[in-house]
Amino acid sequence: MSALNPSGWRPEAGTGESAAALAPTASGDHALALEEPLIFELAAPGDKCGVDLDAPESPPLPGLARFLRAAIAPLPGLTEPEAVRHYTRLSRQNYAIDLGPFPLGSCTMKHNPRLNEKVARLAGFADVHPLQPQQTVQGALGVINELAFWLVTLTGMHGVAMTPKAGAHGELCGLLCIKAAIAARGEDRRVILVPESAHGTNPATAAFAGFAVESIPATAEGRVDLAALTARLGPDVAGVMITNPNTCGLFERDMKAISDAVHAAGGYVYCDGANFNAIVGKVRPGDLGIDAMHINLHKTFSTPHGGGGPGSGPVVLSQALSPFGPLPFTARTADGVVHLIEDTNADVFPQPGAFGRMAAFHGQMGMFTRALAYILSHGADGLRQVAEDAVLNANYVLRRLEDVLDAPFGHSGPCMHEALFSDAGLADGFSTLDIAKGLIDEGFHPMTVYFPLVVHGSMLVEPTETESRAGLDRFIASLRSLAERARAGDASLKSAPHFAPRRRLDETQAARKPVLVWRETVAPA
Amino acid sequence: MRYLPLTPADRTEMLSAIGADTIDALFADVPAEARLPGPVAGLPAHASEMAVERHMAALAARNLTAGAAPFFLGAGAYRHHIPASVDHLIQRGEFLTAYTPYQPEIAQGTLQVLFEFQTQVARLLGTDIANASMYDGSTACWEAIAMAARITRRKKAVLSGGLHPHYGETVKTMARFTGDAIDARPPRLDAAPDDADVIAAIDGETACVVVQYPDVLGRIPDLALIAAAAQAHGALLVAVVTEPVALGLIEAPGHLGADIVVGEGQSLGVGLQFGGPYLGLFGCREKFVRQMPGRLCGQTVDADGRRGFVLTLSTREQHIRREKATSNICTNSGLCALAFSIHMTLLGGAGLARLAQVNHARAQAAARRLGQVPGVAVLNDVYFNEFTLILPGDARAAVRALADRGVLGGVSLGRLYPGEGGLDRGLLVAVTEMTGDDEIEALATALDDVLQGEPA
Amino acid sequence: MTRYFTKDHEWIDVAGDTGTVGITDYAQGQLGDITFVELPAVGTAVGKGDAVAVVDSVKAASDVYTPVSGTVSDVNGALEGEPELVNTDAEVAGWLFRLTLGDPSELAALLDQAAYEAYIAEL
Ligand SMILES: Cc1ncc(COP(=O)(O)O)c(C=O)c1O
Repeated sequence: MSALNPSGWRPEAGTGESAAALAPTASGDHALALEEPLIFELAAPGDKCGVDLDAPESPPLPGLARFLRAAIAPLPGLTEPEAVRHYTRLSRQNYAIDLGPFPLGSCTMKHNPRLNEKVARLAGFADVHPLQPQQTVQGALGVINELAFWLVTLTGMHGVAMTPKAGAHGELCGLLCIKAAIAARGEDRRVILVPESAHGTNPATAAFAGFAVESIPATAEGRVDLAALTARLGPDVAGVMITNPNTCGLFERDMKAISDAVHAAGGYVYCDGANFNAIVGKVRPGDLGIDAMHINLHKTFSTPHGGGGPGSGPVVLSQALSPFGPLPFTARTADGVVHLIEDTNADVFPQPGAFGRMAAFHGQMGMFTRALAYILSHGADGLRQVAEDAVLNANYVLRRLEDVLDAPFGHSGPCMHEALFSDAGLADGFSTLDIAKGLIDEGFHPMTVYFPLVVHGSMLVEPTETESRAGLDRFIASLRSLAERARAGDASLKSAPHFAPRRRLDETQAARKPVLVWRETVAPA
Repeated sequence: MRYLPLTPADRTEMLSAIGADTIDALFADVPAEARLPGPVAGLPAHASEMAVERHMAALAARNLTAGAAPFFLGAGAYRHHIPASVDHLIQRGEFLTAYTPYQPEIAQGTLQVLFEFQTQVARLLGTDIANASMYDGSTACWEAIAMAARITRRKKAVLSGGLHPHYGETVKTMARFTGDAIDARPPRLDAAPDDADVIAAIDGETACVVVQYPDVLGRIPDLALIAAAAQAHGALLVAVVTEPVALGLIEAPGHLGADIVVGEGQSLGVGLQFGGPYLGLFGCREKFVRQMPGRLCGQTVDADGRRGFVLTLSTREQHIRREKATSNICTNSGLCALAFSIHMTLLGGAGLARLAQVNHARAQAAARRLGQVPGVAVLNDVYFNEFTLILPGDARAAVRALADRGVLGGVSLGRLYPGEGGLDRGLLVAVTEMTGDDEIEALATALDDVLQGEPA
Repeated sequence: MTRYFTKDHEWIDVAGDTGTVGITDYAQGQLGDITFVELPAVGTAVGKGDAVAVVDSVKAASDVYTPVSGTVSDVNGALEGEPELVNTDAEVAGWLFRLTLGDPSELAALLDQAAYEAYIAEL
């Protein structure tokens, strides 16, 4: 078989009973811990409605008769007071940045400034159609163009493709640029090299774009093995995907040498910029020889994560790759007019090498306005401070905990914006999962667990710059206490969390007998 | 800096706790030549909330907002009324500032919403199951084609000419790199959709047929007929819905034999936002579940036996299956899915049906009036809330001239199909519950003026 | 009937020209709860070492390599509804697929029970 569970991640059910089970109430609620049924249990389809609508002024066209829906979609409706309560009660079962530290490594869960929410909701941005004549959307195109300019400025690159919808979509964009550039040279290179420590989207994207993926090993220090990488380069290698700072929280010191070697072998360098927050305003990736890098606006530039999305993943491009970017893009002429270039033979700025459209319309405008407000708020000095504070906070966590938690790369110098620990040293039968679940009881969101795969039982802690010193100290004290309990084999940790809205969930049952939609016949457990 | 809680004293003390002399000691792994000596050149210093707001408001003021003009644009993005409670609820910090529910014990709010959303989407589309969202309709469309290729082990997709051209281009971009074969055709300006052409193109190599419903010109294809033809050749039918409100009135694609139904969910709860973020809907037959892209939320129990929800079937996904994953998607459209779900909950099936009827009735009023403008003809016999006008001349120029008169009159086919000369007289006009009689009259009058060459 | 093992934790029982393949009890223990097993189509010709099946647990998916070449002649249909058989009885009822051996001489390179046990004792 291929590697047996390399990360060591195995869900385990907890034991014992929770406080809620020990003190049952008639309602099922416990003071502010409120249970909430599904909407399908709150109302029957057709019962009521939270939107008042006039009767239609005319019946359907006769020609529509054969297309009409046989029965109304069986969906319950709720009045406004009921709906507001339903979602407000549900919201209280979530942890969120607004409640406390959310140190999910690789995700950059920083505070989301509310000014950005306000400006994104200005009618001039929120209530504008993407296909309005360009003369009526100069402000919107201006936002895209201005943000593009700052992203190029901050990265020291040549151009930027603004349309990708998230980081993984940006990766796809960068690899398609590489593929197009190679095709334009009349070559056919099929292999993309990806380090073992890479995020799952990297190999998945390379495969999605039609490349073969080969992995390159890491050194004992947690960095790309330059010698192994150089040895693998050749006429079949289209490029490499390097994450820098990498997923172990370390800067790839040899980045320039990697870029030079890849270029000398005729390939291109893709940089996964998910971790740009560590270096924004301090280091320009363009100075490291990379050809393409996505920027997750929902990480470095603080657009809210929204319970899973949306994101935005603009890709900055080198001079070599810029002619091959996607459509559409914006460009400003000397008269101050911003043009949206939607086809290869446009009158202004024709781009015959552009590889085409990656999605409908022109990108995640709602994220652009927020990210632009963020960049202007921080400015060049503030962004530099962001990187410095993010790195300072992570190193503080690393050094304050490395005596009780194994830090596999702690010896190789300071970390960047995230601190990596492993499960080595925990008592037999205790795992990273137990520490994570213990953090929930302590009132924190756990760190990223079991990623990166190169470390057994990984715990990747990314505090970000928006945590205060006092907040960090509290988090560190909790994590220290949990590490000590897990080293000592404190059995009560195995049944954590005890105080969350739910105890450990049976993921095996969920996967063996998937129940993905509500059905009248599926009785609540 | 108002967003940075560390004080200078904190920084000094923390550095000394770490054992570093300066902050730059922490950046020692960055080669000195790559470190900027000071703030990035060109970008101004930090700015107050007031100053930034002023800058952004000035940019916003340079746009003609949809609400400030007679407005008739659609073509995959629709202006519907969003109940006030939707935006209030999605701004709850517990929803807004959470992430993908990796820790289910403290993310039951998001997870239950996703379970409800998946059920709403499946029931709306008429499919067995649905996922927790894709980026948007166009990327969901490519994912459906890739999924059909995995299921059928074939590599050809037949695209109807009624598929939104941006969706078609997205598909062609991907296929150019993956080597899938795409058999596409431009639309023809006929009253009937191109069902017969699509059916004729299906053969034993076809993995799937992709048909938009209603199509980009507002016509309604016969999905049942196309599904039967696809099935006879072992191919799948992928139905694409860019206006989900239509499914309040016309039959759900899944009930007509579509194997995979994808769509753009923007119409419900999301708003125009100049094109993004939007919401990809993705539903299919249950037997294909292990080939689906994206997150799936499933029901289970916790250690006390209480019902709860988790992300499940993750072995399909990039973080576990890596290069063998069904898709590379990670971050999706969670908050837009929440907005959609709240709006759908406020409407219910009956409210959606009523909303759809109102949209359709308003569209009839508009079609009647615009069809009376001299020189203008309505292409469609049948439509939902969007139809195609045939103008006597270039519609792209007419749209610009209308905008000069303060009227946002529709989407020209010349904009959507640059270079397709045969289509340039087509104008797509969308009408929703938001469109008043006065707006219809304003468009009719302005169009008449424009066509008669009156100066603005 | 003779049983052989691979260092990749597959076992194969050989009777005449038919081999029955599964994963070892050690492997299932490392994986944890098995949630799904993807099996090959009957009639598929496979080469020694090809990834022929996939065993999913909640947080991992592992390819199963065929120890020898041949043609798939049968699969364990019971696993579709009861993937947990691989956990409870990996080396008997939790078998994955059968093949008609392509080249019986390939068996010589596999491990016997004692050699496999010695191998996992080192892991
Ligand atoms: C290192 C890394 N690369 C890529 C991604 C993918 O980005 P997104 O989720 O925006 O698609 C992520 C985010 O989760 C990441 O952490």
